[in-house]
Amino acid sequence: MVKRPEHREIDATAGRDAQVDATRAWVKRTFYGETIIEIWDLDFFYGRNRVLHDVSLGIPKDGVTAIMGPSGCGKSTLLRTLNRMYEVVPGARATGEVIFEGENLLKSDPVILRHKIGMVFQRPNPFPKSIFDNVAYGPRIHGLRNRRKLADLVEDALHRAALWDEVKDRLKDSAFSLSGGQQQRLCIARALAVRPRILLMDEPCSALDPKASDRIEHTARELAEELTVIIVTHNLQQAGRVSDNVAVLLADGELAEFGPTRSIFESPQDERVADYLCGRFG
Amino acid sequence: MSVSMDELGPGLKIRMKNRNIDCYVFFTLALISLVALGVILYFIFAQAIPFVGKLKVVPEGMGAIVKWGQDYSHTRLWDLFSTRWSPASYKHQFFGMVPMIVATTVITLGAMALAIPFGLSAAVFVGEVGPRWLKDIFKTVLELLAAVPSIVYGFFGLIIIAPWVRESFDVVSGSNGLSAALILSIMALPTIASLAEDALHAVPNTYREASLALGATKWQTIWRTLIPAASSGVIGAGILGMGRAVGETMAVLLVAGNSAFLTWNIFRSMRPLTAGIALDMAESVHGSAHYHALFALGAMLLLIALVMNWTAEWFHVRLLRRQGIREG
Repeated sequence: MVKRPEHREIDATAGRDAQVDATRAWVKRTFYGETIIEIWDLDFFYGRNRVLHDVSLGIPKDGVTAIMGPSGCGKSTLLRTLNRMYEVVPGARATGEVIFEGENLLKSDPVILRHKIGMVFQRPNPFPKSIFDNVAYGPRIHGLRNRRKLADLVEDALHRAALWDEVKDRLKDSAFSLSGGQQQRLCIARALAVRPRILLMDEPCSALDPKASDRIEHTARELAEELTVIIVTHNLQQAGRVSDNVAVLLADGELAEFGPTRSIFESPQDERVADYLCGRFG
Repeated sequence: MSVSMDELGPGLKIRMKNRNIDCYVFFTLALISLVALGVILYFIFAQAIPFVGKLKVVPEGMGAIVKWGQDYSHTRLWDLFSTRWSPASYKHQFFGMVPMIVATTVITLGAMALAIPFGLSAAVFVGEVGPRWLKDIFKTVLELLAAVPSIVYGFFGLIIIAPWVRESFDVVSGSNGLSAALILSIMALPTIASLAEDALHAVPNTYREASLALGATKWQTIWRTLIPAASSGVIGAGILGMGRAVGETMAVLLVAGNSAFLTWNIFRSMRPLTAGIALDMAESVHGSAHYHALFALGAMLLLIALVMNWTAEWFHVRLLRRQGIREG
């Protein structure tokens, strides 16, 4: 019933290394690229409540991957597993393997991990500091003291988040003086300033108006040229516009479909996914 | 179509009436507290001001010699700011309160230097680092500590802290400024820790998440995000703690040594303003210069507390402005 394409073709009795190689090969064939993260048999619990069921998934290195599904299906949880942010919730526990750069990130050091995998949250959450200090926060905690380098890094990050032109004259102003959409782009710039390989976006537009959402989507598309973007959204149109690949989770926390966005939107193989995409539930 | 009030029934009318009554009740209660403050201020200063012009003054050396005589027109306000306090002698009386101002300042600052770091650390540990069950125990213990009468702290200071200070720092007597500062820091600790913990708890979780997601460690998050974001509450905690320290009398009286000589050395015996008032009040003759001088001490204490409050408030506003929470 559950379609996990890579598993259909891969010999489950083979060793783990062989399986990883086979997944890479599958993703390469399907998405014409390499994987950056491989998730194997991921189960997730909040206390005794099981939120993710046996999720296995290879996320391509190039482009934008969207994670979709009805409310409460665990899509944010899946995203938060990738940078271990679930750990801030007491009683949260993940089992399985999530391979990133040859290591199981569930067992690696979360501080180093989060340096490489940045995150943007549902609501804009700038610090109560100046615009400059917000973006410089990441580099500073990683030990950068040189003022010129810091200024260059901040400018670069703001450029990449498409915010530079709007704030270049008022970097010393409070981040709270910005509009909601600008604050969200500031948060993107803040995440980019530590030069991550992957940018996780957890429903980044849910608190924004359509115009501001549009700019965030554009920014996400542009960023996908240089890093991997993984975006959680419950907005089908947004997923269609922004993503190259899409993973659909169902309400009980199983991965129902994963593949290129077009093929999933046009010909979903799972009946429930088809219902979801037609808006019959969710 | 508009609906008249009568059509809505009598309930609304009564509510509208009651609304005004509520308004008056709260206004009156607020007014009472304002009036109480005004009355306190008035009587303190009304009793302090007659000091001027009470006695005959002959300037001599550092202070001013005040002779008890028929001519009551010569004490000046400035005599209060000389450096010698000796009100009880028959012939020469000195009413310089500088030694006590210095003692209050040194002891309060010493107490805060100890209590703020410890209180803040305790708050951080309990609120951010330690397990949840510890938090409940901690809060209960703090409330208990805050409920202990100050004279009991004084006994504790006398029996435990003063001997400890004497032996550890090799000084002649354990009754000195440091003992007083130590006991005051213990007394102010519950207030500071509890309020600072509340302030940290009030910081939105999104700040924690934002900082952690950038690869900050727990300590970096606490130092660079949580404490700055909670700073207004933390400063408030400091102010309240300091208020308690400035105004505390009994515990300090028992351990400070109470000699009214001018010294900045915290290892010497000191008499802070509060102890000065409490010690002399019973001995002063009603209406004498000594009596009014004690009220002047009280007024001074009030002024010090106000200045401390204003200074802290000024820092607070400046900080909020820098964070962009309040417009400049």
